[in-house]
Amino acid sequence: MTVITGSTPVKPEREWNIGWADVGPFVALIALLAIGFAVNPDFLSATNLGNVITRSAFIAIIAVGATFVISSGGLDLSVGSMAAFITGITIMFMNRMAPDWGVSAIPAGMVVAIAVGLLCGLMNGIIVTVGKIEPFIATLGTMGIFRALITYMSDGGTIPIDRTLRDAYRPVYFGTIAGIPLPILISIAVAVVASFILYKMKYGRKCAAVGANEDVARYSGISIIKTRTIAYAIQGACVAIAAICYVPRLGAATPTTGVLWELQVITAVVIGGTALRGGKGHVWGTVAGAVILELIANLMVLSDFVSEYLVAGVQGVIIIIAMLIQRFSK
Amino acid sequence: MLKRKWVVALAASTVLLAGHALGADKKVVAVSIPAADHGWTAGIVYHAQAAAKEINAAFPDVEVVVKTSPSATAQVSALEDLSAGRKLDALVILPYTSEELTTPVKAVKDAGTFITVVDRGLNDPTIQDLYLAGDNIAVGRNTAKFMIDKLGGKGNLVVLRGIPTVIDDERIQGFQDAIKGTDLKVLDIQYANWNSDEAFKLMQDYLAKYPQIDAVWANDDDMLLGVLEAVKESGRKDIKLALGGNGMKDIVKKVIDGDAMTPVETPYPPAMIKTAIYMTVANLVGQAPTRGNVKLDAPLITQANAKEYYFPDSPF
Repeated sequence: MTVITGSTPVKPEREWNIGWADVGPFVALIALLAIGFAVNPDFLSATNLGNVITRSAFIAIIAVGATFVISSGGLDLSVGSMAAFITGITIMFMNRMAPDWGVSAIPAGMVVAIAVGLLCGLMNGIIVTVGKIEPFIATLGTMGIFRALITYMSDGGTIPIDRTLRDAYRPVYFGTIAGIPLPILISIAVAVVASFILYKMKYGRKCAAVGANEDVARYSGISIIKTRTIAYAIQGACVAIAAICYVPRLGAATPTTGVLWELQVITAVVIGGTALRGGKGHVWGTVAGAVILELIANLMVLSDFVSEYLVAGVQGVIIIIAMLIQRFSK
Repeated sequence: MLKRKWVVALAASTVLLAGHALGADKKVVAVSIPAADHGWTAGIVYHAQAAAKEINAAFPDVEVVVKTSPSATAQVSALEDLSAGRKLDALVILPYTSEELTTPVKAVKDAGTFITVVDRGLNDPTIQDLYLAGDNIAVGRNTAKFMIDKLGGKGNLVVLRGIPTVIDDERIQGFQDAIKGTDLKVLDIQYANWNSDEAFKLMQDYLAKYPQIDAVWANDDDMLLGVLEAVKESGRKDIKLALGGNGMKDIVKKVIDGDAMTPVETPYPPAMIKTAIYMTVANLVGQAPTRGNVKLDAPLITQANAKEYYFPDSPF
């Protein structure tokens, strides 16, 4: 899976050194848009693109968090279950408070979501760093825990949001500002903040240093434990933000919410140019990667070439080709 | 509610007393079902527990024990545990998989237990004394018939299918056989894995691709929820019908309320586990002959009969 080798952190970290790792995902994105238009002109209609980019927001927001974790040399498999768990807790909290607080239960619920997200992320981080357990195994464990909790909380069924809150909350997914859907604006905001942290703050450089070479980072006086734990906490906060945008879409949490999101998230990060084994993170590439994934799925439905039985296979081929193009066009 | 609890408690204590008095005469019915991991299995667990409670209260000399298992392997172990300590008079089982459960169920049968199999058949049908299931082909066929009637035999359809399994294939087959020869045209059919999020996305894509859609069929209610949200958000007015299947309470509620887009529902009700438990107990207690195959039909749920299929306390 470590296809990208171009993003070695040895390169000068300072800005405007634009390499293929930075541009590659966007070239792939533009190519995909062109192919899509050729296949079906409706593909580029404002409604369709709006829909697709809006619904890629969840994966994009979570993947921005994953960029931190992966860049610092970690991995988080629990994000999909965690999203479902946070969604469930948030809805239950809002429902409980709705009779007393009315619509202000919504912002209060958002605060709860972020707090729970931070805690979940912190827990992952501490298990991995202090507990010294392989990230793959540690987060596989918490993935099961979060999934079981949401199933338990919902009795295996659904946790729907209170009807009185539904309409007030709906605009968070379906609303627009100046014609741009809100989830898109939120994911851009998340990416802006993330790129500031990753490229302009000391923590960002520590993150890449820890991911690139743990020993060297340790000898330079960087706390591996602190750096990685913070990365997991950021991941948790991002999952919470995604959950906040997710709740109003279908207005319910179920045991199948967020199933396999972790794989889409990791794929988005890698398509975006961040190496799976750690090193420099590419926040904007990650966002492009999330959009690419969603566009491919959309293209499968809009084109008539592919049998319904083969869709997943063709998606896999397209992803591999996109990665190969990036690799060899350097 | 409180009153009912008292009755149950009273009945339970009667059962305990009776148990002491009768000892070996008490008939044990074990119920082995999958753990709740999505809406439909959550419904199975709910109805199995409800049936156990009711029967234990009604028949002091019968004890119904419900055991849920999160996987096929766990279900095999559960069968061993259930039959290890005592003699089972009857076993009601909804097998996780046909292959893995056939031999273990046969072992229980060989000890002299009455076997009731629900929904998913075993590889060797001679093991079961009673087999009870719904009719997936009828789910597709009856939905299609309603659409043909309602749309006057012509129109453009899109279909969302579930996870590639026999259940999904049968529903789709029933649907496609029924619309054969009419002017109903299936514009597109894709998998959305019985998942509301995937159904939401797929429906958005259908809406982007086709300017005129007369009706949507999602072969499961979880998916229908996603479809309805996508249609609502698009503001499109061309979609006259959006139908599901299974009998989720939210959708049955829509039928009761006379929803224009979802006026009917086709059941594949998880409550069938209750039918199976009651029939099994009828054989034990009332000597009612119940050996054979029972296939529940999938009659349309309309405003007239929707109450019969509405379980507001069930998670599904």
